[in-house]
Amino acid sequence: MSDTLLDITLRHSLSTATGQVPLKVDFRVRAGQIVALTGPSGAGKTTLLRLLAGLVRPQVGIIKVGNETWLDTEKKIQVPPQQRRVGFVFQDYALFPHLTVRQNLTFALEKGQNPAVVDELLSQTELGQLAHRKPAQLSGGQQQRVALARALVRQLAEPSVAGPRVLLLDEPLSALDRDMRLRLQELLLQWHRRYQLTIILVTHDLAELFRLADHVLVLEEGKLVREGSPAAVYAQAAEAEGPGLYGEVLACRVEADHALVQALMQGAIHNLRLPRHLAESMTPGRAFWLRYSVEAPIVEWIK
Amino acid sequence: MDPQPLWLTFRLAALTTLILLVLALPLAYWLAYTRFRGRVLVEAVIGMPLVLPPSVLGFYLLLAFSPSYAFGAWIEATLGLRLVFSFPGLVVASVIYSLPFMVYPLQAGLQSLPASLREASYTLGKSTSETFFKVLLPNCKSAILTALVLTFAHTVGEFGVVLMIGGNIPGVTKVASVAIYNEVEALNYSVANQYALVLFVVTFVILLLVYTFNNRLLRVRYPA
Repeated sequence: MSDTLLDITLRHSLSTATGQVPLKVDFRVRAGQIVALTGPSGAGKTTLLRLLAGLVRPQVGIIKVGNETWLDTEKKIQVPPQQRRVGFVFQDYALFPHLTVRQNLTFALEKGQNPAVVDELLSQTELGQLAHRKPAQLSGGQQQRVALARALVRQLAEPSVAGPRVLLLDEPLSALDRDMRLRLQELLLQWHRRYQLTIILVTHDLAELFRLADHVLVLEEGKLVREGSPAAVYAQAAEAEGPGLYGEVLACRVEADHALVQALMQGAIHNLRLPRHLAESMTPGRAFWLRYSVEAPIVEWIK
Repeated sequence: MDPQPLWLTFRLAALTTLILLVLALPLAYWLAYTRFRGRVLVEAVIGMPLVLPPSVLGFYLLLAFSPSYAFGAWIEATLGLRLVFSFPGLVVASVIYSLPFMVYPLQAGLQSLPASLREASYTLGKSTSETFFKVLLPNCKSAILTALVLTFAHTVGEFGVVLMIGGNIPGVTKVASVAIYNEVEALNYSVANQYALVLFVVTFVILLLVYTFNNRLLRVRYPA
């Protein structure tokens, strides 16, 4: 578990709503890790994933995977996505509309690979009954399961492909309801153990991040601003000052001596009485950690 | 009514459509995905037959194909083909004249597919050509059908270019549209009407089939 699997140094230019922003990242991923990539939209998370898969060519960079070099712009090495053998799950699932569920999976097989793995994956994702359907006849959760299964076909089929099993997931569960999300998180964790996968996933969901990841990279405007275990990145303060609650401001009203804040916390709406000076920053949509210390509540903003 | 001109028309249209499909597929693919800046120039050249008077195109093709000029002489010397006042000449001219009707729908069809389809295929280890034939084309069926029909119909309706470079040789270059014109000139309205009616009915039936088929395609792909 301790050896470095991916060694990544990349410089690229991101096109964002506010113009060109340089993407500048250096990080390492250990074999078998689940790494969460998070940060505000436009920070470069998806681009980073696409750079790793070889779908985008960076201006400067080195990507080393085990003993292989996927990318070295100085030495003009650029391994095409076909040969990087990563499983990639797209935000829009990217299922082939003209193929059935089963055909979507068998499409991923390489010549000479045993199709038995397709049945195995279909049964694990409980898609056996739906194998003959086209993607348009599936719900979002079902489509997502097909996309996840398809991303693994090539890596699991016998004779197995040499090299690491890397799975890149771009906000894979964001469009699903909570129940489906929990079930798929469970499936991912199962697969991670069973198949020794190394996973990098983009996510905005803190609960998901804590549930799945053992390492977090926080990306802001193209730069890695924080890195570490989820606990280290998000909850250090919580350990020192007692439990905190994650919330999102819905509305705020200023009263004579306090601010009355309506916030979404743990799936329910709560009315908080907070010190008046906090009212100004309580704009709807902001996310925060709320902790109660001995004297007064402490509010920490999450960008 | 001599069926010869009708037969010639449909043979010309079918051949033109077939040749254009082969030529236009790689061209449309390139236009849809290239980042080459000169792309607009190529697009403009391909689109010229859309706006150019057919007689202008016909006139320049007549000069180009004529054995008294360099290109025509070279073709005749190397391939033994004379392109003026001949059926092969009509085919070549039709291919140029109908090029945008094949290329544009195909290009639009490819561009309307989400980029992730192509990228998913690449990450699953498939080459560009395998991705093109197994992923992109099957999801552009409706665009392909539109391109085929537009090209066929446009070639059937060709008149100015044919007259300029093909003339009016029975069984060789006298297609239905030219025959109609001749019969009207000779005041044979009933024969002209017979040719016209056949073209009218055939064109209508083709379009009817296309719309029926395309609606079905759309229903299958995007259920509510």
